[in-house]
Amino acid sequence: MTVWLYGDDVNTDMLFPGKYTYTCSTPEEIRPHLLEELDPSFASRVQRGDIIMAGKNFGCGSSREQPVVGLRAVGIEAIVAKSFARIFYRAAINQGLVLIECPAAVEAYREGDPVEVDAEAGTVRVGEQVFSFPPLPPEILAIREAGGLLPYTWKKLQEKKG
Amino acid sequence: MRHKKTGVVTLITAESIRLCMGQTFVEKVLAAKAGRESVQPGEIVTVRPDHVLTHDNTAAIMGKIGPELEEYGIADPQMPLIVIDHVVPAANEKTAANHQRIRQFVQRQGIAHFYDAGEGICHQVVAEKGLALPGQLVLGSDSHTCSYGALNCLATGIDRTEAAALWLTGETWLKVPPSIKMTLTGSLPRGVYAKDLILHIIGQVSASGCSYQTVEFHGELEHLSISDRFTMANMGVEMDSKGAVFPCDRHTRDYLRQAGVRPDSYRPVWADPDAAYAQEHLYDLDQLEPVVAAPHTVDNVRPVGELAGLPIHQCFLGTCTNGRHTDLRIAADILRGEQVHSHTRMVVAPASRAELQKAAADGSLEALLEAGAMVLPPGCGPCLGAHQGVLAPGERCLSTANRNFKGRMGCKEAEIYLASPATVAATALQGAITDPREVLP
Repeated sequence: MTVWLYGDDVNTDMLFPGKYTYTCSTPEEIRPHLLEELDPSFASRVQRGDIIMAGKNFGCGSSREQPVVGLRAVGIEAIVAKSFARIFYRAAINQGLVLIECPAAVEAYREGDPVEVDAEAGTVRVGEQVFSFPPLPPEILAIREAGGLLPYTWKKLQEKKG
Repeated sequence: MRHKKTGVVTLITAESIRLCMGQTFVEKVLAAKAGRESVQPGEIVTVRPDHVLTHDNTAAIMGKIGPELEEYGIADPQMPLIVIDHVVPAANEKTAANHQRIRQFVQRQGIAHFYDAGEGICHQVVAEKGLALPGQLVLGSDSHTCSYGALNCLATGIDRTEAAALWLTGETWLKVPPSIKMTLTGSLPRGVYAKDLILHIIGQVSASGCSYQTVEFHGELEHLSISDRFTMANMGVEMDSKGAVFPCDRHTRDYLRQAGVRPDSYRPVWADPDAAYAQEHLYDLDQLEPVVAAPHTVDNVRPVGELAGLPIHQCFLGTCTNGRHTDLRIAADILRGEQVHSHTRMVVAPASRAELQKAAADGSLEALLEAGAMVLPPGCGPCLGAHQGVLAPGERCLSTANRNFKGRMGCKEAEIYLASPATVAATALQGAITDPREVLP
């Protein structure tokens, strides 16, 4: 498991450049360009279960869903940041990607520290220290638990139909 | 209102104290859209937006829900607003096919509000067509949807998947945000524009300074035109606000009347005088000077003097932030009878066909062309680096757009600086960053 550490204000152009917006939309098309401007080594080295740690305002900028779709597809277990930009945060809920706002955990992290996330218990372990974060409200958790907004919507539409 | 009753004693909760206080703009709008009397910050409410905007990304959104669209259809064909604007006219076969799929979808689903390539940038077109009104809630799969705050509309960005779900169900959840009150006093000095004001504000509060909060502009707003307000509301997302709104006043009503909107078809909403705010800021416009946002973040704001003399390879005038007729006119007045510097290119992309027509009618377009500017069709143009006006490694661009992120204009070894149309025009003239007050006629 690798922990990828990045700074403040990582924007959507760094996560997935705008020039690919209208030519890449499937996870396979997105993958080679993931984090291209931020960390050219990421796309080829990322593995399932890896964690991203970052500073404040992660994902600021465009309403660009490709980085979320891509990070979910390559199996990022969670992004732990000091804070997230609003649209990115919603997009992650809608794709079932786990985002954790926990500034103390990011502050405490030192290169090489093992990081473990328990989204259900609401804890992040960084080295020997354990940090807790508030759980998502039940309405929102229901979307993530359904596997994202579209599966959640299918369920709702079917229930309505009876 | 929930009072906890214990015997005959009514416990006054923090909640009920809050309810005695006034409400903010966002609380009133979200309460109305959720069918509730009142709501409070932190609450999650289910709302039915008046409209959901999508653009060239419509094709990708359709692709997510093909079978479901067949089975359930669009919940309300009046709800979607679709404008093709990001890569217009199509740059290649793939984008052309994208546009083609959108046109076919619009026909098949009977979408009421569709504007094809050439009409303009989605946010400008939505405003011109009277589709974002005071007191309404508009969500859009574009981060600059917040622009409609200029017209007293609660508007904010969502992702593509959420737009897809909204087409099918007509509703979504929103968390009621706390609000920030920004009070403006005085008026903008000569050579200082709404763009300088909003960049100054973002520089002060930072790119995440308004995260998860709605910004309300108060104070002496009479001097700010609707075009100025668009520039400011548009950049709300650059401080991560959930909408940045102005009250409805004489300017708003005039603008909407000209757009063909009947005054009885909308209901303005504004905060109560005793509403509670998470932050309050005061800005004295008389004290402002022209500024530039330097690479690679929008909050890296400096007085223009600090960067004066820096050679610029491309000047870009356009976008949903500053591509309106008034912006073109400001630039034309500076460039009239002069020539763009031989070391600089000047690229102009009008925000809409209607705005371009106004610039043609009053001679602004002619002055820009005479000065040597390249004029692109109305649309997003070079802003997102997908086509047109892409930068080369080592080049510097001074732009009237809203973002200067690394790689934004298609090249990660290029630098983007942001400024007002006047600073961009003055810079085009000199070939290097120039304080517009030095060249204003």
